[in-house]
Amino acid sequence: MSTDAIAWPSSESLSPPFVDRLHEWITTVDHKRLGIMYIVYALIFLVIGGIEATVMRIQLIRPLNDFVSPQVFNRMFTMHGTTMIFFVAMPLVFGFANYLLPLMLGARDMAFPRLNAFSFWLTAFGGLLLYFSVLGANGLYGAGNAPDVGWFAYAPLTSLAFSTGHSTDFWTLSLLVSGFGSIGTGVNIVATIISMRCPGMTLGKMPLFAWLNLVMGAMVLVVVSPLTAAQIMLMIDRYLGGHFFDTQAGGSAVIWMHFFWIFGHPEVYILVIPAFAVISEVVPVFSRKTMFGYPVMVGATVAIGFLSMSVWAHHMFTVGMSQMGNTFFVITTMAISVPTGIKIFNWLATMWGGKIIFKTPMLFAIGFLFQFLIAGLTGIMLAAAPWDWQLTASYFVVAHFHYVIVGAIIFALFGAFYYWYPKMSGKMYNETLGQWHFWLFLIGFHLTFDFMHIPGLLGMPRRIYTYEPGRGWEGWNLIVTIGVVFQALGVLVFIYNLLWSYFRGEAAGNDPWDAWTLEWSTSSPPPAYNFATMPTVRSRRPLWDLKHPEDPDWKYE
Amino acid sequence: MNATAIVAAQMPVPDPNWVLPSRGRVAMFCLIAAESAIFTIFVVAYLFYVGKNPVGPQPKDVLDAPIFYSICLLSSSLTIHQAVKALRTGRSRNFGAWWLATIVLGATFMFGTFTEWHRLIYRDGLTISTNLFGTTYYSLVGLHGFHVVVGLLCLVTVMTFTLLGKVSQEHADRVDVLSLYWHFVDTVWVAVFTVVYILGR
Repeated sequence: MSTDAIAWPSSESLSPPFVDRLHEWITTVDHKRLGIMYIVYALIFLVIGGIEATVMRIQLIRPLNDFVSPQVFNRMFTMHGTTMIFFVAMPLVFGFANYLLPLMLGARDMAFPRLNAFSFWLTAFGGLLLYFSVLGANGLYGAGNAPDVGWFAYAPLTSLAFSTGHSTDFWTLSLLVSGFGSIGTGVNIVATIISMRCPGMTLGKMPLFAWLNLVMGAMVLVVVSPLTAAQIMLMIDRYLGGHFFDTQAGGSAVIWMHFFWIFGHPEVYILVIPAFAVISEVVPVFSRKTMFGYPVMVGATVAIGFLSMSVWAHHMFTVGMSQMGNTFFVITTMAISVPTGIKIFNWLATMWGGKIIFKTPMLFAIGFLFQFLIAGLTGIMLAAAPWDWQLTASYFVVAHFHYVIVGAIIFALFGAFYYWYPKMSGKMYNETLGQWHFWLFLIGFHLTFDFMHIPGLLGMPRRIYTYEPGRGWEGWNLIVTIGVVFQALGVLVFIYNLLWSYFRGEAAGNDPWDAWTLEWSTSSPPPAYNFATMPTVRSRRPLWDLKHPEDPDWKYE
Repeated sequence: MNATAIVAAQMPVPDPNWVLPSRGRVAMFCLIAAESAIFTIFVVAYLFYVGKNPVGPQPKDVLDAPIFYSICLLSSSLTIHQAVKALRTGRSRNFGAWWLATIVLGATFMFGTFTEWHRLIYRDGLTISTNLFGTTYYSLVGLHGFHVVVGLLCLVTVMTFTLLGKVSQEHADRVDVLSLYWHFVDTVWVAVFTVVYILGR
């Protein structure tokens, strides 16, 4: 009897076998595990999408190159765009929201844990479905494998006549499935923020991260749904012989463009608003100051949310809209630069006079500020319809939107990785490697995307698989491709840092940054139940109040 | 005491009056917002293609407004409202009766759609691939019908539990969330009816 009782603890202290742990992760409904699964999943696809980009850049490194065939090139840009938006950026954004929102709001979990798991698996299988096309799309037609219609899949390219085989079907199904996942996550995020806040956390006392994710969640609901509707129509056309986008039978190719961009443009804001959310946490903590203009920040975000839904047709100036239509979309697009400008000034004002600490998260935040400004400025240039008539579908546009997505969104998310890595893993990342990652990626980013504007201005169209010598594009394309090497090295250092620090990093402690939001009050990594006792808050910086009882924030708010 | 315990000890006591909106209702309103966006796109497509149908049959030749079946569906909003009200005040038998009435009215509406589609397909030869009108008509009405069927499945599930005696006053909030969905489906029909049977002809 007694020997049995003694034997038990030693057998329990062994970690459970691999199969059991795998089973735990697959069946989990815990928001922290699902958050990490979203993030790891996105990192895997980041590498895949990066390889696709690299293939394109190798092909374009010199004129008349034949590294890949035109068909493969088409598949590469289609898969690169679709992967990076739907299976890298969205899961990263959702992953951080999932992991952090309940911790920041002082809640046990998301509002609907099982819906949360369901949404993750829908997104996961959506991505697998997209890549299964490489094996499954050929069918009996011998018509090529991966989708090759471009990430916005304009009609009539997607019609049965021009897209034989099943590649377009895989693309449609994959976006439909992951779209349902996104809507589920949107419901969950909004319900969590509205209904799961801990006592005392009124809407005006939420961390800005929660406010901005609330706007993002609400936008997912009304913005991803039109894409879902359009995908259903496309499937009706392809499978049931419908005529929505069939111009031969009275359908319209232009209405697909409208439906896609009603989703497509606000989607950029769905991705960049969570990036703003990260920056709004990192900048105050590393400037040792409170956020400047919290209410204005919230107001500007809500304004961006509404305005972003009235700008879509600036992607379609060359379609030939009425003068009224063109004018409307020029004005709304330019108007959106007002709230975004307000945000940039708010972050700068937060840094102004602060004691700035140049750790890796802050470096990425500063990179974000600089690059987001430039991305906004080229955005205003493209918002002017005559300028857009000249440069639409050129490399200038490609450079512009990569400045937003890589220069702003990915930089902010890299900052988020370094800022919350100690909380998620319990280990401190390696600061030296973090700085290497930042500088390598910064140099690579600017080599690639600064110089990409110029061949665009010189008339190089996007999506061409090669070009003739003598147009003045060669040198610029060479520099652009060289930049990719630095970016790839940066990402390798990043992934090495994540893995090395997980096994060898120093213990981080609960609150390595001396930060102020609730997630830093629990242990790192947090226990399954998050908080031993339900927290209560009285100000926007609950941990400041705890650390400085003689001078708490709630006296002034 | 470790650091977490100190932190916990310094936290002010929870506010006993701290009440937030019900997460079920919030989530249902979110779902309704998302569904509204989907329906909006289909309605816009329908309106965009009104009058652009190149070959027959044309809407004015084959469509008759299903007035009776529409009244059935819309009045089911009243019956489900009465059902929830009855459950809230603990009148379980009344709840069951009103709930069953809702199912019957919803099913009648679907029967109406069935007869209409049967007539269109076998008498008028209109299918989803016949022409632009067929594509937009079956898509929009079908999308709505799909939502009615999903609603009916949910209603029948609750009815089953009611007959087993497992639904009582404490479930009123959950049943109320389901009734929100049903009201939404009814409201959408007002838009679909207007677009298809009034503007579309």
